[in-house]
Amino acid sequence: MRWDWVSNHGADILAATRQHVELTGIAVGLGLAISLPLGLAARRWRWTEGPVLGFTGALFTIPSLALFALLVPFTGLSRTTAEIGLVAYTLLILVRNIVAGLEGVPEEVREAAHGLGFRPAGQLLRVELPLALPVIIAGIRIATVTTIGLVTVTGLIGQGGLGALIIDGINRDFRTPLVVGSVLSITLAVLADVGLAGIARLLSPWSRGAREA
Amino acid sequence: MTRPFPVKSRTVGTVAVLAAFVLGACGSGKSSTSTAAGKSLVIGSAPFPESEIVANMYAGALQADGYQVTVRSGLGQREIYLPALEQGGKNNGIDLVPEYVGTLLEYVNKGAGEASGDLDATATKLRARLDPMGLTALTPSPAADQNAFAVTKATADKDKLKKLSDLVPYASNMTLGAGPECPTRPFCQPGLEKTYGLKFKTFRVLDSGGPKTIDALVAGDIDVGLVFSSDGSVAAKNLVVLDDDKKLQTVDNIVPAIRKDVVDDTIRKDLDKVSAALNTPDLIQLNKQASVDKADPDVLAKAWLQQHGFTKK
Amino acid sequence: MSLPADVVTWFTTADHWRGDFGVPHRMLEHVTMSAAAIVAAVVIALPLGIWLGHRGRGGSVAINLANVGRAVPSLAILALFQQAFGLRGWPGFGARPAFVALVALAVPPLLTNAYVGMRGVDRDVVEAARGMGMTGAELVWRVEVPIALPLLLAGLRTAAVQVVATATLAAVTAWGGLGRFIVDGFGQQDDAQIVAGALLVGLLALATELGLGWVQRAVVSDGLRPDRRRRETAVAVATA
Repeated sequence: MRWDWVSNHGADILAATRQHVELTGIAVGLGLAISLPLGLAARRWRWTEGPVLGFTGALFTIPSLALFALLVPFTGLSRTTAEIGLVAYTLLILVRNIVAGLEGVPEEVREAAHGLGFRPAGQLLRVELPLALPVIIAGIRIATVTTIGLVTVTGLIGQGGLGALIIDGINRDFRTPLVVGSVLSITLAVLADVGLAGIARLLSPWSRGAREA
Repeated sequence: MTRPFPVKSRTVGTVAVLAAFVLGACGSGKSSTSTAAGKSLVIGSAPFPESEIVANMYAGALQADGYQVTVRSGLGQREIYLPALEQGGKNNGIDLVPEYVGTLLEYVNKGAGEASGDLDATATKLRARLDPMGLTALTPSPAADQNAFAVTKATADKDKLKKLSDLVPYASNMTLGAGPECPTRPFCQPGLEKTYGLKFKTFRVLDSGGPKTIDALVAGDIDVGLVFSSDGSVAAKNLVVLDDDKKLQTVDNIVPAIRKDVVDDTIRKDLDKVSAALNTPDLIQLNKQASVDKADPDVLAKAWLQQHGFTKK
Repeated sequence: MSLPADVVTWFTTADHWRGDFGVPHRMLEHVTMSAAAIVAAVVIALPLGIWLGHRGRGGSVAINLANVGRAVPSLAILALFQQAFGLRGWPGFGARPAFVALVALAVPPLLTNAYVGMRGVDRDVVEAARGMGMTGAELVWRVEVPIALPLLLAGLRTAAVQVVATATLAAVTAWGGLGRFIVDGFGQQDDAQIVAGALLVGLLALATELGLGWVQRAVVSDGLRPDRRRRETAVAVATA
């Protein structure tokens, strides 16, 4: 470790960390906005589940360099390009978890809600979604942590956050930035994970005291 | 999960070319003699020290002349930064990037074999290929970063190796290591066979002159490795570059690749001055400072510009 | 010629199916590397997850630690390991850093699912088993693990698919596998080869997903299906 490098690059490291947080936050936020309707559709119309999961899975297998090479002629080296890539990669994880969360709602609860006169929309919003929340948030936690590790790929277009440090370390055979980038990634992941776990507890008081999944 | 892999589809090229046409058509005319004041441009660099150092040299020299310069360093690879160059700095792309005459030519012509050992001829062909993309190449620097083949000092001493022809009696027992393009490129495996009659026992795919090739040479996993002639770690790791006595390699002098709608006389003059002042020994020294001593590319560039009178202390 | 036609030509060229650089050999390398990484991850993660889940305490801390490990990019693991130990050594040049990165990728879903599966076993069932005089080991192997099996297998499936899709990394550290087609195609500006490589990886990942799904259905006890299983898999997907 070259500590002098660390002290000389405090501002760069801070900027990289901030960019990393922003890229991750926007990616997970947008990913959620897209995957929630997709997940609901997959749940509501069973036949769409295969195609939806297949489509998001296919997105996931596109190599990042290919994806960015395709996007640059349209959106340049912008943050938009970075986010399109990251969102595409988070969809699979988020959609899977939303579908799983909704499927986890016991059939009896559904029937009871129906018997109580809930209409489908009300039943979804007031019964099924709240019950699926812990699992959905578990999914968001995993998606967030995974995205933090994934942001490195956007280093290709100069929007790499901490990944820029990691790539610099790889290219110059220089361990210090490599280690700094990795350690900060883990730190961000811990903070995000703990924060989201706290939110999950606040939003689903009934599951408190039950085992953590 | 990281997804480091590239796919560059032909559509990318097509789309990029189309975009270049559209942009060319919509462009605000050519401002070839505008004044520098306030004019802004974006300089890109590839993700290795040499490219970052030279990009920062361009940036410093242009800044000293009143241009507003942004440097976007460490951009993917040609698959990423060439389309970005066709987009231009105004569209979230870049306007200028340090390139290599022969390698860039063979990239844009998809390995048509137009590059040669003749710098002027190769540069002229490069400009002809770049022109329809809305790009051009300025005057190449005398500083070059050629492909070269290296062995360890121990091997060189043992077999008395100085030039590539000296390998003839040994090649059939040796392993060659280079990037994945080597088996298909005329400057590499096929060229070694045809021009020098060198048939190696095996070929090991590593990286193109990067740290893996160097490490593999040092560790003895390969006997001959493709390196870059300006790589500072070649000498630092006790490797010996074999002389290309039959002139297999094409010229790979550093050259600014720039958008035609951005370049003006002042930019041309500034960059020509940087290119003229830069030479290969400097480049080797700077690369060594960046990759062996871990100095920052932008700091190195700044110091070099001061030394050469582009900027004041 | 268009790209799809080029890809078809690539697949129908006999040379691409022969020898050490051909599809069958690369596929074998890919499968070997993936299988080795998954086996190693299973050996590390399953006993640990089962033990933590059986014990019931302090487990969630370990699980969260493992999960947070996902935030380290595989590329960084690859580079660190390569810088520390070089590319040499068993089981072939360049294989080791990729192997380590893949094991690191597979451990979190396996560990999490094993733990969650064990914790999810109904306490009444555990008490009943104890009442029947089962020892700790008997309880684990004859009651808890069979009940947790759907989740264990779901974790294995997730891990395996991720590993197969990511084993292309091995080509970056100079080893083989299907990633070679992608990396080499890129270096050679050979688009057809890149797409062919990506398709082969996708197919293998799909086959892994379907194959292990079939195993899961075949192995899981009837009593744990269908209604019950549905919920278990749901949680499994969520946590994996």
